[in-house]
Amino acid sequence: MSRFLLNRLLGMVVVLFLVCLFTFVVFFVLSPDPAVQICGKNCTPEAIDQIRENLGLDQPFLTQFWTFISGLFVGRTYGTGPNAIDCAAPCLGYSFQTSQPVADMIMQRLPVSATIAIGAAVLWLLAGIAGGLISAVREGRFADRFITGLTLTGMSIPNYVLALALQFLLVVTLGWLPFPQAVPFGDDPVQWFMNFLMPWIVLAIGAAAVYTRLTRANVIESLQENYVRTARAKGLSPGLVWRRHALRPALTPIVTIFGMDFANLLGGALITETVFGLNGIGKLAADSITKNDQPVIMGVTLLAAFLVVVGAMVVDLLYTAIDPRVRVGSAK
Amino acid sequence: MSTTSDTGGPLLRVRGLTVGFPTAAGSVEVVKSLDFELARGGALGIVGESGSGKSMTSLAIMGLLPKGARRTGSIEFDGTELTALRERAMRAVRGDRIAMIFQDPLSSLNPYYTVGTQIAEAYRSHRKGVTRRQARAVAIEAMERVHIHDAARRVDHYPHQFSGGMRQRVMIAMMLSMEPELLIADEPTTALDVTVQAQILDLLAEIRADTGAGLILITHDLAVVSEVTDHIVVMREGELVEQGPVERIFTDPREAYTRMLLDAVPRIDDEIGLLKTTASAEEDR
Amino acid sequence: MTFTPTDLEVEGAAGGGTGGDPSPAPPPAQRRRLVRAFLRDRVAVACGVYILLVIVMALAAPLLVKLSGYGPLEFDQSAVDPNLGGLPIGWGGGIGAEHWFGVEPGNGRDIFARIVYGARVSMTIALSATVLTSVLGVVFGLVAGYFGGRVDMLISRVMEFLMAFPALIFMIAVLSALPAENRQLLLVVVISFFGWPYLARIVRGQTMSLKEREFVESARASGASSAQIIFKEILPNLASTIIVMTTLAVPGYVGTEAGLSFLGVGVVPPTPSWGQMIASSVPWYAVDPAYFLIPGSFLFLLVLSFTVLGDRVKKIAESGEGRA
Repeated sequence: MSRFLLNRLLGMVVVLFLVCLFTFVVFFVLSPDPAVQICGKNCTPEAIDQIRENLGLDQPFLTQFWTFISGLFVGRTYGTGPNAIDCAAPCLGYSFQTSQPVADMIMQRLPVSATIAIGAAVLWLLAGIAGGLISAVREGRFADRFITGLTLTGMSIPNYVLALALQFLLVVTLGWLPFPQAVPFGDDPVQWFMNFLMPWIVLAIGAAAVYTRLTRANVIESLQENYVRTARAKGLSPGLVWRRHALRPALTPIVTIFGMDFANLLGGALITETVFGLNGIGKLAADSITKNDQPVIMGVTLLAAFLVVVGAMVVDLLYTAIDPRVRVGSAK
Repeated sequence: MSTTSDTGGPLLRVRGLTVGFPTAAGSVEVVKSLDFELARGGALGIVGESGSGKSMTSLAIMGLLPKGARRTGSIEFDGTELTALRERAMRAVRGDRIAMIFQDPLSSLNPYYTVGTQIAEAYRSHRKGVTRRQARAVAIEAMERVHIHDAARRVDHYPHQFSGGMRQRVMIAMMLSMEPELLIADEPTTALDVTVQAQILDLLAEIRADTGAGLILITHDLAVVSEVTDHIVVMREGELVEQGPVERIFTDPREAYTRMLLDAVPRIDDEIGLLKTTASAEEDR
Repeated sequence: MTFTPTDLEVEGAAGGGTGGDPSPAPPPAQRRRLVRAFLRDRVAVACGVYILLVIVMALAAPLLVKLSGYGPLEFDQSAVDPNLGGLPIGWGGGIGAEHWFGVEPGNGRDIFARIVYGARVSMTIALSATVLTSVLGVVFGLVAGYFGGRVDMLISRVMEFLMAFPALIFMIAVLSALPAENRQLLLVVVISFFGWPYLARIVRGQTMSLKEREFVESARASGASSAQIIFKEILPNLASTIIVMTTLAVPGYVGTEAGLSFLGVGVVPPTPSWGQMIASSVPWYAVDPAYFLIPGSFLFLLVLSFTVLGDRVKKIAESGEGRA
């Protein structure tokens, strides 16, 4: 077990390191000179040199990369002498645009992204599992065909199209909902709920469709398992047969996918946040991309990768807890 | 036995049993007008190749036919007409009075629950007011009866932690815990190693002797039947070929098909003798 | 995100059929029966017709634009009302005989022309990305599955890495850092780079099971080379899997291209693309809904058609295998 954990941790570190390297190379090689960009108009070559030196951009690639990596763990210092700025670990650098520490910017935005992700996840889990169950129970009948049609539609509608359509319908035409703004929950819970409802729906619909299909397929499959026949042969009530022998095996694999999808979403719902103008991590990423604010893009990419990798690991651990075959036979 | 019989009639009497599946091209009958009887305390072997309808026969008795299957004819169990029972009443019979074990013990056990839980859940659903603790004690006792060593510890293990033979013992224990009057075993040894097969057959014979329960053994293997049962029904493509006492079928088969099946198992006595000697060592870890 | 390739992975896992043990390739007679079964399915036919329509639209774009009278880059100031901030004059964003789908607010460009030319971009990128992904996926999957050992180790690790990568955010980052020339080619390369492991993983699994089968064994025994076995024995048996997977992948790529263009890192203006048209309609959605509804509907229907088609192809392939 501990060996398994250690292996996973090691794999995680390797992936994250590669993500860092990959991202760093891309920006180092491809990107226009950030010093010129920061300096703006009325710039002298001396000023550019000064900025380069302060940011360490005059150093060779490996040195820069090393400074960046070590900055993550022990922090780093920009510039020298009285002008030096200390950046505490985990140091992701400073935004070229706003001069704020990237780590702070991300932390400020995280609650919004978390709210969006959690709400959407609750919605799509409920809808997906309920839809899948209904579909499986009524396999081949009208309800099943109707739900299948809905899932195909849900999977196909691009979320920005849906976002605009919903906004036009619910906000502009019908006036049922306010235009989404990130209102703190404590200020006005109802307002808060109304504000986040649309982003939740938009984000949840695609995933709900996928989860519906998955649940349906898994339940239909598990109902054909021999142990379901055994349970019936024992004379168990249909309720017990369903709950213990059909649902548990059918829903367990969904944990895996859910963990990954949720981690993915936490790292920023770029499009939805942009469309609704919600100041989450996704919006931060989109904004920094249009402004070519490299430290922020790096930071957000790293965070997203970190979340995905941690998500995968949590899922693995969860799996060993809920599937006895994995738990005992971890040596496989 | 838990219930007293109302008549001196057979334990099970099947008359004109037909199982059909409706298809686009009309109904396909997999069991055609089958008649047989099982005496109280008797052991019947239903023999046939795959597709002969023998498994469908057993599922028809249990009322567990796949969706869409149509069952006609009469199945009389201990004086009760099973085909007339509603699902709820049939559920009370299933597991409690008629128990069934299946071919593949691994896939027939739920991998997510301990074997103890799976034995106990059957017991608790039939005996109202039984506590968890009591059901667990029953499970351990049932496991001991099928000779699983260290049952008090193994009751908390999961199916994948048992070997094939041990899993089939767990299945038998699960069905035994309710003390059924009729035990249906559908190819109980087919998925097992040869040495383990003989042990499971011995166990079935032993349980029959101990409890006096009726046994229906379904198999494609005549050698298996000869060891445990006293009566044989030979089936082919859903129809009854012939039936009779084991000795008569073996010494004087009346149908060519039965002879063909018999030819497929030469030197039965030698083989069984061989099996018995190797079977003494229990194979489990 | 509705359109990340991850969804395809989910689908593959859910269906189970594509991941299962493949049966030998169906004979021509059976293939004809599959085609007939397909043609009897009205929904599938409708989806096919719509896709064909978009393809024809894309191919005949210059011709269609000549018919409608306005090019995709032509400004028509007479179609917008400067007093209303540049809103199109007339109903539905200026729909009429002059401008069939109306005009863009502000500069008055013809939406029909932009839709038609946008179809070119969407189809070219989605189909090229599909072809490139399929080639990469099949080749790497076959090589990893057939040769096993260290080659398999290496390829599997790379696949794991790419699948653990936050693909969308990274695509955006890379595309934003890259120069704007050859953007369409870059899009194809970047999408394929992150897309191939999903097909490769399944091809690898099936190759591993196929290479143990009798007909491969006998080919090997009769002295066939590895290349002969891979191309003559294994590849034909993977055909139905590859067809199903690629059909299911196309809508993902259509959506990804539109999404990237929507975020401003896709096709560079003034070249029209549906995603980018929707992006530029965002400030106008309240006053000129036709501006996002038209490209939005075209995009939605295209993704839907490909999704439904993929779904049907998968079902038919599965039932065909079941019958064989």
